[in-house]
Amino acid sequence: MREEPAYTEFHPRWLRHPTSTYWWLQRRAYFVFVLREMTSVFVAWSTMYLLLLVRAVTRGDAAYQEFLDWSTGPGVLLLNVVTLGFVLFHAITWFNLAPQALVVKVGRITVPGFLIAASNFAAWMVVSALVAWLLLGRS
Amino acid sequence: MARRTVEPLLWILFSAGGVLAALLIPVLMLLFGLAFPLGWLAAPGDDTLLLLLSHPLARVGGSFLCLLWLLHAAHRLRYTLYDGLQIKHLDGVINLVCYGGAIVGSAWAAYLLWRVP
Amino acid sequence: MVDRITLEVARYRPEADSGPTFQEYEVPCPRDWVVLDGLNYVKDRLDGTLSYRWSCRMGICGSCGMTVNGEPKLTCAAFLADYAPGPVRVEPLQNFPIIRDLVVEIGDFMKKLVSVKPWIIRDEAQPLSAGEYLQTPDELHDYKQFSMCINCMLCYAACPIYGLDPKFIGPAAIALAQRYNLDSRDQGAAERLEILSEHEGIWGCTFVGECTKVCPKNVDPAGAIQRYKLHAAVESLKSFFAPRGA
Repeated sequence: MREEPAYTEFHPRWLRHPTSTYWWLQRRAYFVFVLREMTSVFVAWSTMYLLLLVRAVTRGDAAYQEFLDWSTGPGVLLLNVVTLGFVLFHAITWFNLAPQALVVKVGRITVPGFLIAASNFAAWMVVSALVAWLLLGRS
Repeated sequence: MARRTVEPLLWILFSAGGVLAALLIPVLMLLFGLAFPLGWLAAPGDDTLLLLLSHPLARVGGSFLCLLWLLHAAHRLRYTLYDGLQIKHLDGVINLVCYGGAIVGSAWAAYLLWRVP
Repeated sequence: MVDRITLEVARYRPEADSGPTFQEYEVPCPRDWVVLDGLNYVKDRLDGTLSYRWSCRMGICGSCGMTVNGEPKLTCAAFLADYAPGPVRVEPLQNFPIIRDLVVEIGDFMKKLVSVKPWIIRDEAQPLSAGEYLQTPDELHDYKQFSMCINCMLCYAACPIYGLDPKFIGPAAIALAQRYNLDSRDQGAAERLEILSEHEGIWGCTFVGECTKVCPKNVDPAGAIQRYKLHAAVESLKSFFAPRGA
């Protein structure tokens, strides 16, 4: 805690504004930041959803089909649409912030931030394509 | 002293989980959350998935992946609760719920993947 | 072209007020005037009791930081014409205690700057006969950006973490530590690591990034902090696996 001075005529009371619980609503940048942090909840849900999928697959084809049907229900579908939006937001903000955290030097030249972000996005596309290739066209 | 070494480690796990979540979760949720259930694309058969999941690499890798994803989420949620709701004085409870939940979830993941025939 | 513009200025007189109030002043608005010019007009012609800090009026001293229409800004760099037709709300810098009117208490900030040991630390000083410490332009480039900080505290005003926890060491202090850590002449990185690895050091930061957005000198403190987190984490792992003893 900051040391509290003794208040005198020549050192009167300072005014302190406490930070409101709704500080994150006061500026657009803060709100977007909190949204970015909330993507963590949807990352956790995605993990749970994929684990439920693994469980259904283990129980056989009937359970697997039932799981896919369950996913078309309005509640789950809506949740997954929202989840997709949030995890995309996570990926985009994460890769855009990478250049600020990673400074890469090749010899004497610092790699420009744009290239670091671009290579992250490229890796994302490659990995996604790989996963899709593994899973598609194998019914 | 223990506190000093834990925070950097948690941050590393958070970062690793963040990168892996960013790379893998969007495509997985697009396919298994929307495309396959809604029939936009032909879903892989049950046997194909079992083949993929039964490989030891998939079991270990999958468990590790879930651990990192859940730890990433736990770490971020913990700080959001601190800052967003200003309930830092409950930090013992928050840490338990967040990281504890991540550990429990990962244990379940490992169990499920072990049980794949 | 607007002739005049209204400034809504926050007032707080501890000897008379119990809380903050706002007072309106109408000032001329020539094209090249900044908010600071408006405040000086108020002080010179309208109300001599207004208290605020300023000095160089050209963005190098870091004295005139205030909250203008909700954004932390150097008032010498905020053109009145950009806010036309107004009114322009001028408040003291956020997250700091207010001494009077637009003057905030900066003692906490000054203490934090000193706490990161912002000077060249050597294991052993080079004798005078050896001459100067030499540094190539590339080595200078490594830390130059972080040496541009003018200590204006806009980053502390923008940082929600500092607003929530005044013990947080803050963006400028960490950027300053990085300025020395990355300096090829410095050997004190380990010493600074002690202070910065506290929970209220770098680990309190959640990379909101507002500090970098408001910095008038493009210091990018958020980048400094994230880079330092990586360094500190690696150091922590190294010391865990190969401890050299406290």
